[in-house]
Amino acid sequence: MSNRFKNLIVPVLAVVLGMLVGTIIMLVTGYDAGAAFSALFEGAFGDIYYTGETIRQVTPYILAGLAVGFAFKTGLFNIGVEGQLIVGWLASVWVGVAFDLPKIIHLPLAVLAAAAAGALWAFIPGFLKARFRVHEVIVTIMLNYVALHLSNYLIRTVLSEKSDRTPNIHDTASLKSPFLEGLTDYSRLHWGIVIALICVFIMWFILQKTTLGYELKAVGFNQHASEYAGMNVRKNIILSMVISGAFAGLAGAMEGLGTFGYAPVRGGFTGVGFDGIAVALLGGSAPIGIVLAALLFGSLKVGALNMPLEAGVPNELVDIIIALIVFFVGASYMIRIFIERLSKKKGVK
Amino acid sequence: MNLLVIIVSSTMLWAAPLIFTALGGTFSERSGVVNIGLEGLMVIGAFTAIVFNLTFADTFGDLTPWISLLAAMVVGALLSVLHAVASITFRADQVVSGVAINLLALGLSLFLVKFIYGKGQTDAIQKSFHKVDIPFLSDIPVIGDIFFSNTYYTSFVAIIVAFIVWYVIFKTPFGLRLRAVGEHPMAADTMGINVTKIRYIAVILSGALGGIGGGVYAQSITSDFSHATISGQGFMALAAMIFGKWHPLGAMGAALFFGFAQSLSIIGSSLPFLENIPNFYLLIAPYVLTILALTGFIGRADAPKALGTPYIKGNR
Repeated sequence: MSNRFKNLIVPVLAVVLGMLVGTIIMLVTGYDAGAAFSALFEGAFGDIYYTGETIRQVTPYILAGLAVGFAFKTGLFNIGVEGQLIVGWLASVWVGVAFDLPKIIHLPLAVLAAAAAGALWAFIPGFLKARFRVHEVIVTIMLNYVALHLSNYLIRTVLSEKSDRTPNIHDTASLKSPFLEGLTDYSRLHWGIVIALICVFIMWFILQKTTLGYELKAVGFNQHASEYAGMNVRKNIILSMVISGAFAGLAGAMEGLGTFGYAPVRGGFTGVGFDGIAVALLGGSAPIGIVLAALLFGSLKVGALNMPLEAGVPNELVDIIIALIVFFVGASYMIRIFIERLSKKKGVK
Repeated sequence: MNLLVIIVSSTMLWAAPLIFTALGGTFSERSGVVNIGLEGLMVIGAFTAIVFNLTFADTFGDLTPWISLLAAMVVGALLSVLHAVASITFRADQVVSGVAINLLALGLSLFLVKFIYGKGQTDAIQKSFHKVDIPFLSDIPVIGDIFFSNTYYTSFVAIIVAFIVWYVIFKTPFGLRLRAVGEHPMAADTMGINVTKIRYIAVILSGALGGIGGGVYAQSITSDFSHATISGQGFMALAAMIFGKWHPLGAMGAALFFGFAQSLSIIGSSLPFLENIPNFYLLIAPYVLTILALTGFIGRADAPKALGTPYIKGNR
C-alpha cells in the first residue's frame, strides 16, 4: 500500500469513526440519527443563505488551521492560537474604531494590526522556547488566559466606558461585502475568505518555494541535524511561531472586521483556536488539507445549529464528533496498525 | 483580623478543587504522561457530581455531596482511561490526546445536560458543601477563628490528600517505580517494572483526582452545571503543578496561592487596600507566574525527563 494512500486514509477513517461514535451516542440516547444528519446537511448547504454562513465560518477556521499547521511543520505545538486570535480580534477592532481613514488605507491597516498583534503574542512563547527551552505548549495555554483577561480589561477601560463591548468599527475598516451578502441571500459572508485563501497560498509558497520554508521543515524533522547543517535553529523557532501567530491574528480579524464588527467582553474562549487544532491535525498540516478540513468543520458547526430545530438533537453532538475526530487522528497509530494487519492478511491470501 | 478570616476562608474554598486536580496532574506527569486533559476531567467531574447530586439528593440526604464526589471520581477515572489508551498503548501525541479529552468532556457533558434536562444548564443543587465550624479545632483561640471557622471540610481533605500523595510518591515502592518510569522508562523496564501498567495507574489516578476536583468546584462554588462552570480551573491546576515543580506539596502550595488570587478577584472589591488594583492583575497572576517559573526566574523547575514521550519497548 502506498504511503500517499495511507496518509489519506487515516483522516478519512478518523472522520468516519467520529461520525460512527456520534451515531451510536444518538442511538443510545434515543435520538433519530438519520433526522439529525439530514438536518445537519440541510443547515450547512440546504439553501444559498446557509452556504454563505458556512463559508463565513470556514474563513477563520482556515486561518486558525494554518496557524496550528504552520507551527506543526516546524515541530512546534501552538495551542495558543485562541489567545493570538483574541488579541488579533481586539487589535483589528481597535484600529477600526480609533482611526478615520480612507478605506484603501484603513482596512489594510486594521488587518495588518491583527496580524501584528497575533505575531507579537506568539513571539513570547517562541522566544522563551528558543532562549530558555521552555515548552511552548504550557506557555501558549497560559497566554490564552492572559489574552482573554487582557482583552476584556482593555475593552472595559480603554475602548469603552465600562461597557460590555467596543463601539462598532467604521465602515472604512469593515470586511463586509454587500456583493457577497446579496449573492448568498443576505448571509454574513464577507471578503475575509479571499484573505484566507491568499494565506493558504502564502503558507504553501513559504513552505515549498523558499529557503526559509526548507529550513523550517528541516528544523521540524531534526533539530540537531539542522543545527549541524548550519541553520539557526533558535531564529527558525521564533520565526515559525511569529508567522503562525500572524495567521491566528488574521483569524481574529475575520471575526472582528468581518462577522461582528466589534469586540465583546468574553466570559470564555471563542473555541475557534481550539477547533483550529482539529483542522490542522485532520488536514495533515498541508495547506490544501487544511482548507478541506476547515470546510468539513465549518459545515459541521454551522449545520449543527439546525439540529435542535429540525431534529431536536442538541448541537453539542457536533462538538463530540469533532473531539472524537481529533482523538482518532491523534491515535492514528491504532488505525495504521489496523490497516497494516488488513493488508498483511490480504498478502497471505 | 476580620479581614484575615475572610481571606483565609475564601482562599481555602477556591484552592480545594485546584489542589485535588493538581495532585492528579502530579501523578500523571511523574509517570511521564502529559495531561493537558485535566480541564476536561474537571468538567466531567463537575457534571457528574451535579447530576448525581440532583438525582439522589432525596435518597442520601446530607451525605449526597460526598457520594456525588465518589461518582465524579469514578467517571473522571473512566474518561482518563481514554487518554491512557491513546497516549500509552497507541502512542498518540499526549498533548493532542489531552486536547481531545478537553473537547470531548465539554461536548459530551453539555449534550447530556440537554438530553437529561432539556435545557443548557442544570438546576441549582440543594445539598451543597456548606461552611462549617470544625468541631474542637475552631475553639482554639485566634487560629481557630482564622483557619477552622466558617470553612469547608473539603479544603482540609484536599490538604490531607496532598500529604498522602507526597507519602505515596516519595516513601512507597509504588512511588519509586512511578518516578523511575517518568525519568527513565527503559531503565525501569530493565529492572522489571511494568512501564505500561504504572503509567495506566498514574493516568487513571489523575482522572480520579481531576474528577474529584471538578466535583468539589461545582458543589461548593457554582452549585449548578453549565458550559461556563469550569473555565480554566483545570489549566490553573496544571499551572499549580508546574509552579510546584511536580512535587505534591509544592503543587498544594501553588494551588493555595492561585486559590488566593482567584478569591481576591471575587472578594477584592470589599478589601480596602485592593480596591484600586484592577481585577485584571489578579486574574492573570497564576498564568504569568507559571511562565516566569518555567523560564527559571523563580527557581529552576525540572520536569520528569521522559515527560511527553511514549515508551516503545525495545527502542533505544
